[in-house]
Amino acid sequence: MALSTSRRAINQFIKPLSSSVYATRRLTSDSTATITVETSLPFTAHNIDPPSRSITTSPNELMTFFSDMAEMRRMEIAADSLYKAKLIRGFCHLYDGQEAVAVGMESAITRKDCIITAYRDHCIFLGRGGTLLESFAELMGRKEGCSRGKGGSMHFYKKEGGFYGGHGIVGAQVPLGIGLAFAQKYSKEEYVTFAMYGDGAANQGQLFEALNMAALWDLPAILVCENNHYGMGTAEWRAAKSPAYYKRGDYVPGLKVDGMDVFAVKQACKFAKEHALKNGPIILEMDTYRYHGHSMSDPGSTYRTRDEISGVRQERDPIERIRKLILAHDIATEKELKDIEKEKRKIVDEAIAKAKESPMPDPSELFTNVYVKGFGVEACGADRKEVRATLP
Amino acid sequence: NMNQFLLGSRVFASRSFSSAAKEMTVRDALNSALDEEMSADPKVFIMGEEVGEYQGAYKITKGLLDKYGPERVLDTPITEAGFAGIGVGAAYHGLKPIIEFMTFNFSMQAIDHIINSAAKSNYMSAGQISVPIVFRGPNGAAAGVGAQHSQCYAAWYGACPGLKVLAPYSSEDARGLLKSAIRDPDPVVFLENELLYGESFPVSAECFDSSFSLPIGKAKASSCFLSLFLGKDVTITAFSKMVGYALKAAEILAKEGITAEVINLRSIRPLDRPTINASVRKTNRLVTVEEGFPQHGVGAEICASVVEESFEYLDAPVERISGADVPMPYAANLERMAVPQIEDIVRAAKRACYRAAKSVPMAAAA
Repeated sequence: MALSTSRRAINQFIKPLSSSVYATRRLTSDSTATITVETSLPFTAHNIDPPSRSITTSPNELMTFFSDMAEMRRMEIAADSLYKAKLIRGFCHLYDGQEAVAVGMESAITRKDCIITAYRDHCIFLGRGGTLLESFAELMGRKEGCSRGKGGSMHFYKKEGGFYGGHGIVGAQVPLGIGLAFAQKYSKEEYVTFAMYGDGAANQGQLFEALNMAALWDLPAILVCENNHYGMGTAEWRAAKSPAYYKRGDYVPGLKVDGMDVFAVKQACKFAKEHALKNGPIILEMDTYRYHGHSMSDPGSTYRTRDEISGVRQERDPIERIRKLILAHDIATEKELKDIEKEKRKIVDEAIAKAKESPMPDPSELFTNVYVKGFGVEACGADRKEVRATLP
Repeated sequence: NMNQFLLGSRVFASRSFSSAAKEMTVRDALNSALDEEMSADPKVFIMGEEVGEYQGAYKITKGLLDKYGPERVLDTPITEAGFAGIGVGAAYHGLKPIIEFMTFNFSMQAIDHIINSAAKSNYMSAGQISVPIVFRGPNGAAAGVGAQHSQCYAAWYGACPGLKVLAPYSSEDARGLLKSAIRDPDPVVFLENELLYGESFPVSAECFDSSFSLPIGKAKASSCFLSLFLGKDVTITAFSKMVGYALKAAEILAKEGITAEVINLRSIRPLDRPTINASVRKTNRLVTVEEGFPQHGVGAEICASVVEESFEYLDAPVERISGADVPMPYAANLERMAVPQIEDIVRAAKRACYRAAKSVPMAAAA
């Protein structure tokens, strides 16, 4: 494995520089030195002039991207094992393959900008300031979970980090996100909301209802379609008459972005934020891919070939792309990068161990948070003569 | 004479509040409540169809656009799922939206947001995401509007933990409960009634105060004057328009020597079980009245509650009066049969008191 990686790294130098590595090189180890990178593909635009393919970055940023994505990758793979060990129950929708979207978006915005997504939310949560412990504990339904064990995989939230969940109903998060943008504009904040959804949700009527209002009222809403090409088990061409999701906004401009290229994502999100603050909604279609099936109940191989999955892994993996860039710019050695990945494994394992020690919620928690203000009314359990509680 | 005494009983009862009984329509009560709460808290805004330039489909929001501007009184397209979702999202972010459904029949288009996005969020997030939103609008039957425009949603919304569901009857109810709803940090479904909007009620002096509010979760027991002295024979629970019918039924019953305690529920969720049970323990008989469908209705819940809490006190089976178990017909005579009438409540109360003639159910050919 190591050999082929280094061979690939060598090939980068021998071959004419492929699109993702075109750069001006600075032979300095200054971690804030600027490096100019080009996105792997140009942006495809609808009703708008696309941003430039050229992006400035720094060794620091490259290393941060690598580190963040590696941590997300490791977290999701560990969640897979925990689910198979039956420590995670119910639904578990994994994000591995799509890390560039979460990391690229985060790097372009602040914590006062809002993000809302559906149920494939673990990595977005991490990007918004959530911890591995909060994540694993929530997945396992423990007290130290971000929702104190009461939400589960699909209901992670971090309000102080600008993350509004975590939603189980496909498409519902889009009007909610446009509502967040409404509140931002109402309060005269100079911040935006990124409302994320998949290619499956892109056909939902309520999305168009809310988008219409966002456009009518010039709301600072950015709709981000994470197009991983499969809505559950249905391929996009079987679900959408027009799978050009970036065009579906019609009067709303759109941009198609290589979602496996963290720099393209960063550039697009930066561009979209500037646009939305001045001109109202815009759609970003992130062309991405999930290695896992829709959820842990779906092997993910009945509706797509293993060759397709491994092909994407080889050609477009977001972490590999950054690794190549880092090596090409002599920012770190292969060993150093491998050490980072080992470190990620370690902190993930530690978080899991700590999460396993976290107790399940106290039985009294069954009745907490039903209301903010319960007026002391009574709620009951399955046998109302046995289990009763007063709602605070 | 006795009849005049009885007819004047309602006015007499309200005399205890002020010497000159002031009156207010339900419409004005709602409008003034909206106005005052918007004035007091800049985070409150109104969103819905025709709420702005049209002055409200039923004129409940009249004058508010002029006063507060288009940023706080928003006319929406006819897209309930979209604007209900936008409202909930705005509430997530800390604003206090009032979402108007032109009737609650259209709320079904948005019901996923009311239940899954609003009601459950505080719980799922363990208190991180609260939703201080009010969904309001006319509920239940109007007159001649047919099956798709006449359903009562009290039972459905009343079943959901995380929601508060209110149903005002009088102007004082409307004003006090709407103010409480807007100030409440949780999602509130506020069920008004189109036919009550134009009705005028005497209101107390304190009702006019901008800080006036009525508590959520508390029912109001009232009786006609006679019952105060002659004891109580039967409890009649009702909400919204049916309270008026129940009070009229109580007057008719009083002439026949049956004194009824009418309970204006005001709050469907939380249901004021203590007040209902205390009343039944006094009267030993219960008639529940609602406009909505009978199966799994509000009356069914009240009956279950009373059987669980006060079984030994019941001297007769609980009687339920409800809308008919059919979609609402249009023809006036059929519509009349599909909705409770005052005589239905009287008859049921008499049955509960073992004073009715043996009833022969009308044969139905299905």
